[in-house]
Amino acid sequence: MINASLKELSAALAGKRLSSVELTTLFLDRVERLNTTLNAFISIDRSKTLDMARAADVRLAAGNAGPLTGIPLAYKDIFCTEGWLTTCGSKMLSNFVSPYDAHVVERFKSAGMVTLGKCNMDEFAMGSSNETSFYGPVKNPWNTGRVPGGSSGGSAAAIAARLAPAATGTDTGGSIRQPAALCGLTGLKPTYGVVSRYGMIAFASSLDQAGPMAKSAEDCALLLNAMAGFDSRDSTSLERPAEDYARDLDDPSQALRGLRGLRIGLPKEFFGEGMEPGVRAAVEAALAEYRKLGATTVDISLPNSGLSVPAYYVIAPAEASSNLSRFDGVRYGYRAPEYADLTEMYCKTRAQGFGAEVKRRILIGTYVLSHGYYDAYYLQAQKIRRLIANDFAEAFRHCDIIAGPTAPGTAFEFGAKSSDPVQMYLSDIYTISANLAGLPGMSLPCGFDAGKLPVGLQLIGNYFDEARMLNVAHRYQQVTDWHQRMPEGLSI
Amino acid sequence: MPLNLDQVGRIARLAHIEISPAEALQTRDRLNAIFALIEQLQAVDTAGIAPMAHAVDVSQRLRADVVSETDDRRAAFQAVAPETEAGLYLVPRVIE
Repeated sequence: MINASLKELSAALAGKRLSSVELTTLFLDRVERLNTTLNAFISIDRSKTLDMARAADVRLAAGNAGPLTGIPLAYKDIFCTEGWLTTCGSKMLSNFVSPYDAHVVERFKSAGMVTLGKCNMDEFAMGSSNETSFYGPVKNPWNTGRVPGGSSGGSAAAIAARLAPAATGTDTGGSIRQPAALCGLTGLKPTYGVVSRYGMIAFASSLDQAGPMAKSAEDCALLLNAMAGFDSRDSTSLERPAEDYARDLDDPSQALRGLRGLRIGLPKEFFGEGMEPGVRAAVEAALAEYRKLGATTVDISLPNSGLSVPAYYVIAPAEASSNLSRFDGVRYGYRAPEYADLTEMYCKTRAQGFGAEVKRRILIGTYVLSHGYYDAYYLQAQKIRRLIANDFAEAFRHCDIIAGPTAPGTAFEFGAKSSDPVQMYLSDIYTISANLAGLPGMSLPCGFDAGKLPVGLQLIGNYFDEARMLNVAHRYQQVTDWHQRMPEGLSI
Repeated sequence: MPLNLDQVGRIARLAHIEISPAEALQTRDRLNAIFALIEQLQAVDTAGIAPMAHAVDVSQRLRADVVSETDDRRAAFQAVAPETEAGLYLVPRVIE
């Protein structure tokens, strides 16, 4: 059951082979046994969770259930969940019990999913290793001396260790895709505007997107169907006709055709130096598999992609400096215990409540937006953002989907990149440009390196092409079994 | 672009984050490493390129200027605040 797909779990629940309470208990017991080692969860509440499972069982008995009803789901601790702590991995919100649910949470609740708990994450989503959390680092279940990736590290570790069958993550510069790659999972960042950001604590508003993380593309499609859609409370939410993201997966004519006719673009900038040999080998093997399925590969170029990391590290901190200015000890969250006046209250609250990486990014953002520097840095970065988006538009004239490695390496050791922030930032070198352009991106597992650490293949699609991307991933997952592998020693 | 300690202090004041003199040194060095990364952007010719603030070409959605929220959520919102009184949020005195 812990290895079952969402479809299999749904069938088991519908066929009364087990109840939601039994299924949920199975996962809660695993969390209890393994969370002290992995630190994937910040908040667990057995009693609230089982209440939801009981309610799901009532729906299942009444024949009032959908494809996700009764299945447990873990939430990255950036989503507001009414009555539960929502900490964002920070001391600043370590006492914050949200008075409302995020839109994504409301949708999953109405689909009948059972809240399993709140997952650990890099503080305020700023990080690529889950080492910046106030609640301590998360361990990679494949090798507990190594990072799971970030910022959705807890969500990734939870699924990899089979503590949860699925989880939500958020992706601003790669924070769903990179941990999915480092933990051997499938994760998707939708086109910007497809999933509502209402109730999702903001880091960089023009880049943030919520998305599903699970063991397969098929699972992600089911989750995306529940998450996606217009929400009037998010001013950047797009009004579009509803879509079934799983529509190509079950289509027999798709199965027959394979991927014949699909042109996969390989950006030369994503295959240059800087990729570990183990990553290169696994990605090349995946591409060979895609050719067997009938796809052709096309060489393309994204000439400005080398500027994506610097452009991101102007834009994201700038937006973060604005978004995090609300944390001042007045209406919610941490307040410094001692201060002489209001200004000191703000300054001490923020100095004490935020960790070092968060403060660094706020300072960078404040500087690039300040008088005299705005044009030179922020405006320039936004123009470069346009160049990067234009590169993709040009590339998509020659291919249907873009592929490459998700990350330059596999899971690294704790502390390996924390002394040099720039080193850490370069972990996102392949993922960041999709956020800047607003394009959908996915990572799926495609093998292991010599150290038995997972490698992720990244797919970047054109705007609103999630259904095709999920199908392209699914066809590969039907002829390979990387996505079904599980870390050793955790099968109890 | 490298910052000096005075500039670090000024940015910290703008951002309302207290930094001790010891922290300021380390922060300055870390920030300068990041600014060296960002410096690459300066060399790029972007003449005639329109800045891109948003992924999709849409304009801000508007709605009718009428009251749409009717529940009073004050109690729920104040329950999570550090200090409140009579529906107000308490902070140190600002005006003498």
